[in-house]
Amino acid sequence: MTAPSLAPALPYRRPAFSLGRWLERPDVFSWLMVLPPILFLAALVGYPFFYGIWLSLMNRPVASEGTFVGLANYVAAWHDPTFWQVVVNTFVYTLVATILKMVGGLGLALVMNQDFRFKNLTRALLLLPFIVPTVLSTIAWQWILDPAFSVINWTLIATGLIDPPGPSWLGNPYLAMLSLIVVNTWRGLPFYAITLLAGLQTISPELYEAATIDGASTWDRFRHVTLPLMKPVIFIVTMFSVIFTFADFQLIYVLTHGGPANATQVFATYAFDVAMNGGQFGQGAAIALTMVPPLALLILAMAIYLRPSKS
Amino acid sequence: MTVESHSVSARFLKLWLPLGVSLLFALFPFYWMAITSLKSNQELYNRKIMPLIVHNPTLKHYVDLISDTGFLQWTWNTFIVAVVSTAISLLFGAMLAYPLARIRFAGAALVSFAIAATYLVPQPLLFVPLADIINSLDLGDTLTSVILTYPTLLVPFCAWLLLGYFRTVPSELEDAARIDGASRLQTLIKIVLPLCGPGFISAGIFAFTLAQNEFLYALIFLTKSDVRTVPVGAIAELVKGDVFYWGQLMAAALLGSIPVAIIYSFFVEHYVAGLTAGSVKG
Repeated sequence: MTAPSLAPALPYRRPAFSLGRWLERPDVFSWLMVLPPILFLAALVGYPFFYGIWLSLMNRPVASEGTFVGLANYVAAWHDPTFWQVVVNTFVYTLVATILKMVGGLGLALVMNQDFRFKNLTRALLLLPFIVPTVLSTIAWQWILDPAFSVINWTLIATGLIDPPGPSWLGNPYLAMLSLIVVNTWRGLPFYAITLLAGLQTISPELYEAATIDGASTWDRFRHVTLPLMKPVIFIVTMFSVIFTFADFQLIYVLTHGGPANATQVFATYAFDVAMNGGQFGQGAAIALTMVPPLALLILAMAIYLRPSKS
Repeated sequence: MTVESHSVSARFLKLWLPLGVSLLFALFPFYWMAITSLKSNQELYNRKIMPLIVHNPTLKHYVDLISDTGFLQWTWNTFIVAVVSTAISLLFGAMLAYPLARIRFAGAALVSFAIAATYLVPQPLLFVPLADIINSLDLGDTLTSVILTYPTLLVPFCAWLLLGYFRTVPSELEDAARIDGASRLQTLIKIVLPLCGPGFISAGIFAFTLAQNEFLYALIFLTKSDVRTVPVGAIAELVKGDVFYWGQLMAAALLGSIPVAIIYSFFVEHYVAGLTAGSVKG
C-alpha cells in the first residue's frame, strides 16, 4: 500500500553551489573576517607566550643552543635574594601608586564635576601627562630630580626649608622608590580622573536630589549614592592600572635603572637586566613569567573587593 | 553680602584651589622641559642663577640636536611606525569587531575571550621570547620588527572600541541594504563604516599615541641609530655613560611630544571618548 501523495511531487532541484551564497553564511563570513587578525595575534602573542614558557625551562645563553633544565631557573630565582627584593619592590610600587592614583583621581573627578568656565580646556591640559610619551616626560622628571641641579632642592634651599645640598632623590633607596611612585602617579592620575569624571556624569542628578530631600549630608550622598554607582567604573580603571603598573618598565628603566643597589628593581627591569644585559634568556623568561601568579592574585583580590554589589 | 563672600571663598576652596594645584603639578614638568631646552649650558650648570626662568634664551640645543644627532631620522621613524601600525590595528580591529557586534556565529565567545586575554597581557611578559623570535627571523634593527609587534598591543583596544560603535548603527539600515541585495561585505563597507567615522578617529588617535609611547620593544629590537625611534634615540644617544646632554635631552623631549600634543589637541573629544568608552560602557 502506498501512501497517497498529497501534492504532485515536484522534482527537488538542489541549488547549484554558489560561492557568493556560501560567503554570505554567518559562520563563513564571520570566520573569514576574524581569521586573519586571530592568526596574527596567535603568531605574535599566543606563540611567544608559550615559547616563553618553554624558554624558561631552558638554560639558554643568548646566541647559543639551549639545554633543557626543567624548573632550575625558577629554583634559582627562589634562592636569589634580589628576586625577593624585586617582589617586595613591585608590590610596594603597585599598591602605593594605585591607591594614590585612585584617591587622587576620584578627588579630581569630583572637583571637575562642578560647572566652571574653560572646563574642556582644563580637562585637555590635565590629560597631557597621560598622552605625552612616557620616556620623554620621564626625562624631564629625571632632570627635576637631578642630584646636583634639582629644582625641588633649589626651591627648598632658597626658601630656607632645608640646608644645602639637599636630598639625593634618586640616590637614596627610599627616596628613589618615593620618586618613582610620584612620577607614576603624575602620569596615571589624569587617566583615573577623566575616566571617573565620565562615570560621574552618568549618575542622574535626581538621585542626589532625592537623597538631599531625605536629609543626606554631602558625605552620605558620596558614600551611598556616588560610590556604589561608581564601583564598576572604578573596578575597570583600577584593573587596567594595576596590570600596567605592576608590569611597568619604561619609567623605572629611565629614572633609576632599578638602582640604587636594586632598591627600585621590579619584575620587568630585573627580567630585562638578566635577559638583555646578562644574556640569560632562559632565566629572564622565567623571571618575567613569575609575574603571572601575583598579578592574577591582585586582580582576583580586586574583583572580590570592588565587585559591584547586587542591591 | 556675607552670604556672597562665603560662597565665593567656598567655591575657591572646593574648585579653584584643588584645580590650580592639579594644573601646576600636571604642567610643571613641561614648563621645566621648555625652559631647560632654551638655556645655555653656562646658565644650566650654575647653581647661583635662579633657575625658574630663562635669563638668556638660546636655540643652541635645538640646532645641535638637529645637526649633530639622528633626531630628524628618529622622528621620521617614529611617525612611520606609528602610522603603519595604527592602520594595521584599525583594519584588524574592525575585522574582529564587526562580526562580534552584528552576527551570531559559532565560536564568537572564543574570539571575544582571545581579544580580552591579549588586551591583558603586559609587554614585559613577552619581550624575551619575542626578542629571540625577531632575531631568528632576521628582523633585528628593522622597522618591520616594531611595525609587526606594535599592533599586538593596539588591535585588542581598537576591536573593543569599534565593537561599541558598530553596535550603535541601527540594524534596520543593514537589513534594508541586505534586502536590496547587498552582500554582507558591501553592507559593511557602504552602510556601516561611513556611520562609524568617529569610532575610527577615536581608536586611531588612541592607537597612534600608544604607538608613539612604546619603548620596550623599540629598545630591544632597534639598536642602530638610523632605525631608532625618538624615545630610544634620546635615551641611547643623548646619554653617554654618565654624561647627560640635558639641554638636548629636553629639546628632544619637547619636540618629540609636540606631534602627539598637536594631534591630541585637535581630537581631544574623540580621545576622551576612546579613553572612557571601555570603562564606562563596558
